[in-house]
Amino acid sequence: MRQDAPYFNLPTVRTVCCIHLSRGERLFAPTINDMNENLNGDIPPGEYFWEGNEAVAEGAIRAGCRFFAGYPISPSIEIMERMSNRLPEAGGVFVQMEDEIASLGAVIGAVWAGAKAMTATSGPGLSLMAENIGYAVMTETPCVIVDVQRVGPSTGQATRPYSGDMMQVKWCSSSDYQIIALSPWSIQEMYELTVQAFNLAETYRVPVFIMSDAAIAHLRETCTVPGMDELAVLDRRKSPGGPHFGTDDPRGVPPMASFGEGEALLITGSTHDEFGYRKTQDPNIQKKLTTRLNEKILRNADKIAQMEEYLTGDADTVVVAYGIAARAALAAVKQARNRGVKAGLLRLKTVWPFPERTIHSLKARRIFVPEMNRGQIAQEVQRSARANTAVFSITRVDGEVITPGEILEAVLS
Amino acid sequence: MEHKLKKYLRTETLPTPFCPGCGHGILMTNILRAIDELELDFRNMLFVSGIGCAGWIPSPHYKADTLHVTHGRPIAFATGAKLFNPQLKVMVISGDGDLASIGGNHLIHAARRDTDITVICANNEIYGMTGGQVSCTTGEGTYTSTTMGGNPERPFDLCRLVEAAGAGYVARSSVMHTRPLINYIKKALCHRGFSFIDVLSPCPTHYGRKEDRPSPPEILRDLMKRCITRQKAEDSPPETIEGKIIIGEFVS
Repeated sequence: MRQDAPYFNLPTVRTVCCIHLSRGERLFAPTINDMNENLNGDIPPGEYFWEGNEAVAEGAIRAGCRFFAGYPISPSIEIMERMSNRLPEAGGVFVQMEDEIASLGAVIGAVWAGAKAMTATSGPGLSLMAENIGYAVMTETPCVIVDVQRVGPSTGQATRPYSGDMMQVKWCSSSDYQIIALSPWSIQEMYELTVQAFNLAETYRVPVFIMSDAAIAHLRETCTVPGMDELAVLDRRKSPGGPHFGTDDPRGVPPMASFGEGEALLITGSTHDEFGYRKTQDPNIQKKLTTRLNEKILRNADKIAQMEEYLTGDADTVVVAYGIAARAALAAVKQARNRGVKAGLLRLKTVWPFPERTIHSLKARRIFVPEMNRGQIAQEVQRSARANTAVFSITRVDGEVITPGEILEAVLS
Repeated sequence: MEHKLKKYLRTETLPTPFCPGCGHGILMTNILRAIDELELDFRNMLFVSGIGCAGWIPSPHYKADTLHVTHGRPIAFATGAKLFNPQLKVMVISGDGDLASIGGNHLIHAARRDTDITVICANNEIYGMTGGQVSCTTGEGTYTSTTMGGNPERPFDLCRLVEAAGAGYVARSSVMHTRPLINYIKKALCHRGFSFIDVLSPCPTHYGRKEDRPSPPEILRDLMKRCITRQKAEDSPPETIEGKIIIGEFVS
């Protein structure tokens, strides 16, 4: 025990303070893992009354996440707090870094050391992560980033909900690239989509974002944790010898390796060939890499995209919604039906890659897009919709959750 | 007979991209000498580097796991890798601009956390790759691309900085003092916790040109003269060591 740093003597310190302790050299007492050896750190199946942030943390552990690096920012705090307690129990590592830039950097370093890893933040923190998001895309590093959105720009209103990062998450880093973003609407989905986010990240070797917000992050609902064999957990494909940074298939995803496996990995954010060698002047290699990094997501968009439809079969009016706004949208659609409007709801669980073909297949006369922003996804719907479909944006920009009444009023007008 | 360090190199990447007279090639060799003398398992080593000339020392040349990352962030990436797999021997090699200017926050926090990594700063006191702009280690009054009237700012003493932040092993050497340099690298690699070595490595192309001293041999000889040992500095009157670079171990 260090006597010169008084806070080291507090018996209740539960995070791993002493970084050069090896994993497994635990400082702390009995844990869920010790009590349920066969659960490998997962919480037992059953029903839990969780807030969204807690469900995300548990979903991550269920998916095999064993590394979390983060920096405190409202309204995402509970994710890192829970991970700081739960990861040591699950044999994982938690570290609080000096900023969001370092957080995503540490996550990427841990992934190449063999981890499934996650960080959580909010809009301003995401802005700081932007450069390392591009690095993760370029080096094809699977990782999960939770964006608990709040009102902005800048510091804005730190505890109020908003969906203002739908475009930031897609475009924040430089140049041309694709990412995957999921938008849960319930606490159950916060858990399940987090597991899926890891599966998608591992399958496509790409950063996957969970687009939460201050409202759903702190909403409490019952979450059912399914049995161990009821939820698929996918791991990265490995192939000793590689190549680890390219395939001849223009939509292909190369296998991965980890540090310490004797692969002499050559990982760089510079343009590289399939073995990782820097090729900073060759236009053909640049073209091939840019094309594959984009096409491996776009050409698999139909496989990646998940959505749910309610009452759309005969609908001439479709509400396209995502996240917590979809809850209000479903209520509004039901009320509109009661008033004789043939309304339906298309709920996007996957926002990026944007499900263009699904939107284009809608034969509705009118599409309404309710959002807690100035109409970011409405623009995507507009460019994807058929020429004879009118697209209307319904916006709410005051940091309050959009209501069924606002959507109903627009639909009835 | 094959050179005994050749086994550590991706020979297809040679010759290095470093300019004639650059110190980075000497540093590149002496890091390998230290590893060879310690008989470390190169397959279990991870080299993390950032952006700039020094970032090219390990990547692509070293035939080990190498991670070449965003500007200023190698220590953050190294922290994640080391924490998740403590069996890895992790070394960060990067320049003064990368580690101390844009990445200064990560440097001091890794020293404070006592993260078990070795950081080697290839310090050329300039932004070499972008054409010789002033760095946070450029001396006061020095002429650079962005201080044509002489640098008005004071430089960092990186050893004192990381010492204050809690580093457990701190030393400074230059590429002209190779035997002590190799010894310091060996001691840093054997230290459990955060270790840091500031290595003066001249940049004749950019630092020298703006200073109107384009001759690499002259610059290297000058570096020899500027460096004095810690022992000698302590025994000398303060006015005689002004402008000198003090080399030696500061925390060990």
